Amino acid sequence: MGGVVAPYLMLGAILFCIGIYGALSKKNAVIVLLSIELMLNAVNLNLVAFSKLGVHPSITGQVFSLFNIAVAAAEVSVGIAILIALFRNSGKTEVQEMDSMKH
Amino acid sequence: MWSNFVDNLSSFASSGSNWVFFVFALMAISGAIFMISYTKVVHMVVSLALTFISLAGLYILLEAEFVAIVQVLIYAGAISILMIFGIMLTKHRAEEVESQRPLHNILLIIGSVALLGVLFYAIQTANFPAAAPFDAGVDNTAEIGKLLFNAHVIPFELMSVLLTVALIGAIVIAKREEE
Repeated sequence: MGGVVAPYLMLGAILFCIGIYGALSKKNAVIVLLSIELMLNAVNLNLVAFSKLGVHPSITGQVFSLFNIAVAAAEVSVGIAILIALFRNSGKTEVQEMDSMKH
Repeated sequence: MWSNFVDNLSSFASSGSNWVFFVFALMAISGAIFMISYTKVVHMVVSLALTFISLAGLYILLEAEFVAIVQVLIYAGAISILMIFGIMLTKHRAEEVESQRPLHNILLIIGSVALLGVLFYAIQTANFPAAAPFDAGVDNTAEIGKLLFNAHVIPFELMSVLLTVALIGAIVIAKREEE
């Protein structure tokens, strides 16, 4: 019976879909990064939910979500650094304008 | 499938912790929706911070106290502040203008709703076997620490190398170049 874990999975699915919409439709690059963080959070919610309510409950899911959070923090710091460097060199913050490497 | 869903819903309303889940889930979803619909960039970051904090509440509900604290520290603290710094150091009065590509947006809405539908169908039809009772241990943090330094020590050390490399790289990229 999936009645216990299913609401968490549904919440994760909703947040993931909102995140994928934001990442693909927003123009400001900071908001695109933020939407990616939202998608990573949805995945973390699934990991923690299965660590308590899965078939074999164990604390490993929480450890994996901690690794996930660390990778997300590293990703967002590098992303913001690239944005600041790009803004300083060309004054662009919108993803549609970042096409100088386009063939 | 639908009656299964209604069954879940009625059993869902009978317990107190489910109502806590409902409130936090509503806060998380509304924060995300506000993030999509606001026009000022700073408002978007603050409303997504609401989502991060309510997800921390859900982690406490799932007996993952340490992950909840880390969520508040890293996401609601560090990442939100970093995003606000990113906005302030670039165009700090930026507003999200209405898209000039309506077809793109419509296709995007259809695509993400279809993805949500597929996930909804999969979750509602999947048969999860009954869970064994979860033993979180007396001290959640101590259990996580034991697991990190026994079974997962190599990924843990790799993660420290990754964080060092990423942060030094970020400093090098964002550093002002001397002319």
